[in-house]
Amino acid sequence: MSGLLSVRNLSLTFATDEGPVTAIDDVSVELAPGEVLGLVGESGSGKSVLAKSLMRLNAGNARYGAESRMILQADGQEIDILALKGAKQLRQVRGDKISMIFQEPMASFAPAITIGKQMVEQLMLHRGLTGAEAKMLSVEMLDRVGISEAAKRFDQYAFELSGGMRQRAMIAMALSTKPKLLIADEPTTALDVTIQAQVIDLMKEIVGEFGMGIIFITHDLGVIAQTADRVAVMYLGRIVEEGPVRDVIRRPAHPYTQGLINALPKLGDLDAPLTPVPGDIPSPLERPAGCVFHSRCPLAEPRCRVEVPLTRAMRPGHRAACHLNEGVKA
Amino acid sequence: MSDAAIRIRDLEVHYPLGRRFLGKAEVLKAVAGITLDIPHGSFFGLVGESGSGKTTLGRATLAAAPISTGSVSVTDGQGDVFDLAHLDRDAARRFRRRAQLIFQDPYAALSPRMTVRDIIAEPLEVMKLCKNRDEVNERVRAIAAKCRLNVEHLRRFPHAFSGGQRQRISIARALVTNPDYIVADESVAALDVSIQADILNLLKQLQRDLGLTFLFISHDLSVVAHSCDHVAVMYLGRIVETAPPRKLFAAPRHPYTRALISAIPSLDPDDRGRAERLEGEIPSPTNPPSGCAFRTRCPMARPLCAEETPRLRQMADGHRAACHYAEELAAPGARAPQVQGVPG
Repeated sequence: MSGLLSVRNLSLTFATDEGPVTAIDDVSVELAPGEVLGLVGESGSGKSVLAKSLMRLNAGNARYGAESRMILQADGQEIDILALKGAKQLRQVRGDKISMIFQEPMASFAPAITIGKQMVEQLMLHRGLTGAEAKMLSVEMLDRVGISEAAKRFDQYAFELSGGMRQRAMIAMALSTKPKLLIADEPTTALDVTIQAQVIDLMKEIVGEFGMGIIFITHDLGVIAQTADRVAVMYLGRIVEEGPVRDVIRRPAHPYTQGLINALPKLGDLDAPLTPVPGDIPSPLERPAGCVFHSRCPLAEPRCRVEVPLTRAMRPGHRAACHLNEGVKA
Repeated sequence: MSDAAIRIRDLEVHYPLGRRFLGKAEVLKAVAGITLDIPHGSFFGLVGESGSGKTTLGRATLAAAPISTGSVSVTDGQGDVFDLAHLDRDAARRFRRRAQLIFQDPYAALSPRMTVRDIIAEPLEVMKLCKNRDEVNERVRAIAAKCRLNVEHLRRFPHAFSGGQRQRISIARALVTNPDYIVADESVAALDVSIQADILNLLKQLQRDLGLTFLFISHDLSVVAHSCDHVAVMYLGRIVETAPPRKLFAAPRHPYTRALISAIPSLDPDDRGRAERLEGEIPSPTNPPSGCAFRTRCPMARPLCAEETPRLRQMADGHRAACHYAEELAAPGARAPQVQGVPG
């Protein structure tokens, strides 16, 4: 296997007072080094839970299915993520080989510790550098992500930086440990469009330079179109469609993907009506039987209510789970 | 201009910073001189980055921000005129019924301890607009139905509703007093795209059905372009360009507008790398650049831009822009000079 990450049949339920809640249902996905995988879906689709399970960051009531496998290939090692035990082993996927960039940079920096101190701390922990080496590398990374006067910023607190600067600092921090896999969870959602464009450019440069794999989570298909190589569309804990980004956006094979595209404002045609995906995403406590999307699907047929659709290959590398694709040959 | 619902003239909104410089009290000019008419029954879009002053301008038109100089007058559907700089108590009370605000975050805007019915009914009860409880209930049910809320669910609490449904509750609450003027401040920004389209369509429909005047504030130019019949672009407390969305998109006459349009992530993966990038961030409004406030990020800036503040000039019918060199952007297909340091 030449891949970086292989997730097979991942299922995850949370044990709650109201009974088990299915957050991820039989998800399989692969990622190669240097590849950007976009993960798109509405709030509640399970994309953040999936990302967190790669670092085993989900709450204590998370129960992984018996078939679930997550393997990370890094530095000639094969890490079975679900078999990791104890803080020391878990550290391999929590900062060593996998780093994460969060949506709210204000909430992910400690407010009372300088940016520099936080960067140095993780470098000493994960890479065994001395304090002086760690500081040098941190300032270098801050400079690399386009933060002016990096040495001065190093001694500042998160609240002294603007939103865009904080997100750049977050990226610098996540990259400084040289992870093999970077998870970016809605890294641009809280930013203005002009700053979002800058951050997207920066992330693209970084993939080119560092060659790590990236999982880019967002609810904005436009952002995916501009960053990802492949895209996986999630709905209620399932991947309903996955494929090369051009192919999925130009020839979506699942009604949900089509719905997400129709709901986006089109700049080329201001007269085109905005078509929402009808209804709301159901509560995970009331998961629909059969195809999880049938309750909102404009094309639903009677069997969609009872039969879970198989995931079929539509074209090379492009698969979708919809009954209506039956008979399509890859 | 008799058809303007909102008339803004040379408006400035200052906030004291609580410190002095050379013996003078320092102020932040959140709105730094705006003249604007919002026509009756229009869906008027206001766009700009965080810190551009769009929320303050919206609030000033609701008598919810201090008017330091200039004037704002609001004419309601019945022809009553409210001069917001000089509202007495009685006029202020009448004005509150005519103008309402819809907030950004439907999770923070609704009290978790009140039922949906009570949330929607609160403005009616506070303003004592109904004679009895039955009348309140009737109006709540009517407006809830108009906002496509299930009237059977009015006794539930907000936590039982999704983001889109909560935003519909916020809208119902804003509309229950029968206002004619609504400010919607980033009302779809916190929602998923799939739901965003639904709320936009609902707002448009309500605006048409009820003959409302809407000021729709957003940082997202693509949303504004799709819904509004007129757009104003703000930067550091000033309007830099205003036009119908079609004209604005086809031929932007201000480099900031052009950069905003270019920053919208395109759904076409083959558009990668073609965008024109703005460098840096919006400067602090406590210390704005001299002359044209945009010059520090502008790819076309020249010496004149630092000396003279450009006025908002007429470019075409209904299209105005505040740039000394707007004409250079006019020619169709005109390409910008390369933005410094960014590969084109």
